[in-house]
Amino acid sequence: MTELTPLDRRLLDALCRGLPLEPRPYAALGRPLGLSEEAVLTRIQSWLRDGTLKRFGVVVRHHELGWSANAMVVWQVDPDRLDRLAAVLTGFPFVTLCYRRRPIPERWPFNLYCMIHGVDRARVLDQVDRLVEAAGSLAQNHRVLFSRRRFKQCGPVMRHVETSEPIPQNPEEITTGRNRLASCAGGEA
Amino acid sequence: MTGKRVRETFSLDDIDRRIINGLQGGFPICARPFARAAKTLGIGEQELIERIGRLEEWGIASRFGPLYNAEAMGGGVTLAAMAVPELRIAEIARLLNETPEVAHNYLRDFDLNMWFVVLTERAEDLEGVLARLEATTGLPIYPFPKERSYFLELKLEA
Repeated sequence: MTELTPLDRRLLDALCRGLPLEPRPYAALGRPLGLSEEAVLTRIQSWLRDGTLKRFGVVVRHHELGWSANAMVVWQVDPDRLDRLAAVLTGFPFVTLCYRRRPIPERWPFNLYCMIHGVDRARVLDQVDRLVEAAGSLAQNHRVLFSRRRFKQCGPVMRHVETSEPIPQNPEEITTGRNRLASCAGGEA
Repeated sequence: MTGKRVRETFSLDDIDRRIINGLQGGFPICARPFARAAKTLGIGEQELIERIGRLEEWGIASRFGPLYNAEAMGGGVTLAAMAVPELRIAEIARLLNETPEVAHNYLRDFDLNMWFVVLTERAEDLEGVLARLEATTGLPIYPFPKERSYFLELKLEA
């Protein structure tokens, strides 16, 4: 785990509100914290290296771009075949995320999850068919869960000092709160 | 629901699309990052800055910056689901939306129909948040923590 000083956390908080849209944004970030541009750059680079931060850029709301058919496909797979099935699924360009998650005995046998973000449902279902075919006997079972409604997708910014709030990507969202991480983590869990 | 509204109308031109497609990661960490990124996009620094501002205003971009790895920062994170009876969907959605630790919340077509992500600043607070939500709703919450990520390349094209 990364050791973060209180100053580091304040910098991450500031970054979480979004990079200032000006020619020297890192200098602007550091100024109120008494950090030089150089110090800010060094910290951010090291956080990107150690995985504390990733994918620095535009955080897109997929729904607004027309990617509204979002399917979570869950798979039940024998533990010793998990990695092989994951390799098959992630070989398809339309699979955007793939995670292994703990199943719940008697209630939820699925232990591998992948996401497909598509423009229309019929096309996404075709893509699921292709996955199922490629998975063959590796998977015991699967289910497709389309999103019916998005109530919240990590929105804009929320600070623990001020109020405000969360996506990695979607709209009716600003609530109030004081959780820095919820506002910044984007689409991952 | 409160919050940033997505503009009813917006139109993306080719340059906007290039920004969306090319800048979902890898933004330069240097003194003049917009200038450097603009160069690869074939536009000027100020134009890139203005266009990113416009994408935010339109609601296409929620933010310009990094994604955070909550766990690497000592935080707690899990996907969780509950089976919410149809008549209670609006009520439970409101409750989850008002819970600051809930980052995403989707209704999906299944018996486990409410799927949400819970994030806490400290890993040890995660369980308490889930327990509180269970107590408030009277519904069991099933946590599905991530055990391994095989892939993370959520890049969508405009």
